[in-house]
Amino acid sequence: MEFKTKYDGPWVDIDRNDLLTNDVGDWRYRSPEVDKSKCSLCGQCYLFCPTGCIEDRDTYFGVNLAFCKGCGICAKVCPSEAISMKTGGHQ
Amino acid sequence: MKEIRLHGRGGQGVVMASEILANAFVAEGKYATAFPSFGTERRGAPVRAFLRMDDKPIREITQIYHPDCLLLLDPFFQNMADVYDGLKPRGILVMNSQVPVAGKPHRNVKCLGFVDATRIALEEINRPSANTCLAGTFAATTEYLNLESIEMALGNFFKAKALDGNIRCVRRGFAEAKIIKF
Amino acid sequence: MRATTRGKVKVLSGNQAAAQAAVLCQPDVVAAYPITPQSEVVEELSRFLAEGILKAEFVEVEGEHSALSVLIGASSSGGRTFSATSSHGLLYMFEAYSYAATLRLPIVMAHVCREVAAPNTVLCSQQDIMLARDAGWIQIHCASCQEILDSIIMAYRLAEDPDILLPVNICYDGHYLSHLSARVEVPDQADVSTFLPANKLRECRLDPDKPMMQAPYLGGKLFTEYRYKHCLAMQNALQKIDYLDEEFQKSFGRSYGGLIEEYRNEDAEIVLVALGSAASTAKAVIDLKRDEGVKVGLVRIRCFRPFACDRLSKALKGAKVIGVIDRDVCFGWNTGIVFVELRSLLNRLRMNQPMVNFIAGLSGADITKDHIERAINNMQLALHGKFGPEVTWLDLE
Repeated sequence: MEFKTKYDGPWVDIDRNDLLTNDVGDWRYRSPEVDKSKCSLCGQCYLFCPTGCIEDRDTYFGVNLAFCKGCGICAKVCPSEAISMKTGGHQ
Repeated sequence: MKEIRLHGRGGQGVVMASEILANAFVAEGKYATAFPSFGTERRGAPVRAFLRMDDKPIREITQIYHPDCLLLLDPFFQNMADVYDGLKPRGILVMNSQVPVAGKPHRNVKCLGFVDATRIALEEINRPSANTCLAGTFAATTEYLNLESIEMALGNFFKAKALDGNIRCVRRGFAEAKIIKF
Repeated sequence: MRATTRGKVKVLSGNQAAAQAAVLCQPDVVAAYPITPQSEVVEELSRFLAEGILKAEFVEVEGEHSALSVLIGASSSGGRTFSATSSHGLLYMFEAYSYAATLRLPIVMAHVCREVAAPNTVLCSQQDIMLARDAGWIQIHCASCQEILDSIIMAYRLAEDPDILLPVNICYDGHYLSHLSARVEVPDQADVSTFLPANKLRECRLDPDKPMMQAPYLGGKLFTEYRYKHCLAMQNALQKIDYLDEEFQKSFGRSYGGLIEEYRNEDAEIVLVALGSAASTAKAVIDLKRDEGVKVGLVRIRCFRPFACDRLSKALKGAKVIGVIDRDVCFGWNTGIVFVELRSLLNRLRMNQPMVNFIAGLSGADITKDHIERAINNMQLALHGKFGPEVTWLDLE
């Protein structure tokens, strides 16, 4: 029998994407837009994001759209109001 | 039996569209079944629904692989090849399109009905929910059911102002549908 | 003679049909915890409660273990009870699940069939309820939304019968039936109440004025008497299920065959055996194959516990090849579970037709018309002496 799965049991290498679940970015109908000039690097968005898709990009915190579900929590918690939710922005 | 496959993104009302149409068919004394897809989907086609209609009880409980009709709720989907998988020859395509569609989207499409359902929905119910409008276009294009049946079915889903607004959407989707026969 | 349909025609999902049926049966206490793909049952029950249509005591619980424990208390006090669960919800309540049956409590629970982890999934299979087959509950499988509604009504008559007094699971496939919206006739409350009167409190074992002791500590021989009686009650259920199906036909004009449903089986050489939604799809494939001249029929097992030995033996007597479609896995035998049980029955009856097993539809995989056609083609080869492997995993080949 030829198998598509690599291991005997349900565990996968993290760098192989095929058995990890969907890019939940597909679920999004509005996307966060970060105004880099307003970002104070407080990290609240990073801490609150339920999917953990916000990344420290040195001069600002940015969003990995592959995993962003568009929930809007980051925009809500940002004390500098640097994040706004815009419709569209699908992959 | 007619098999109709609906495609759209989560939040566009794909599942509700299939349920509204199922209710409408049953209101006409027919049998209908509808269920949504689920599970890991490939990129760009997150939600599908499977709708069947017949004059006698429907026994098939599977996903739809050879649809008689495709209903596309997201304008972007007309360009995706796998949406057309299994469409029967002389198939019917109903879609939400903001741009006038020129030419045959796929070789198996015999009849095409389209309308800018998103714009109509924004005008009538102030939300970009294309589903009820497109249900009207579906009725006009396929002639599988009457517009009145869909309006009756809407009463199971909406009340008061929302019902009035969605009825207007359905009627406009029916009246303003552009239908092309290839 | 068909009874006049006096109910209302609606379009309901399997879950909605289950909740609607429960409400029509007028339970005294309801306790349930949401779990995909059953959650809509709990949502609908809450809605009926808020609208004043469901007049039960609706106990909010923090998990399935508590849900069933609450119902054990309520049922022990003579109340009519209802719950619903699936998969890991069943596993979480399993301790109470065993108690419910061995305490001989007529609880009715909708069960949405779903896979058990791992790998992680929320999708359809029948593994979860098959795991539970020896806990002592009656287990009935549905193949349509209408059947779900009707079976729950029949289930209370069955469970509360003084010669039975056992809890009943009404099972239906996750997503394929739970989320399938279909035309359903909802009977009027008055008609349901004629068929199934509202609960008059049965013997209350936990009456503070006249308390009894439930589940005393018992050793060997006396304990064994209770197991024997439980098995007798299970056997009583066999004839009762067929009887209730006939009664339901008289009252509502619908019948499902009782313990098993046969389709085009009278002269069938090839017989497919299946449970749930796949059996419904199989009927359409059988019609196609019959048009091609293949003598194929279907036996749909409705009642899996108790196992319908007599009805199955009659139905399979004339078969030349028997194929079992399993939506589950029997780890110990490297086959499906229904296959193991059916093979055991054939041996008991000294029937020795060749049997083949098809495993399909795990974790929400679709059991398509193609799959069923492949199974029938495989059995046709067997009919002519060309045997393949005993088990075919339809999604892996």
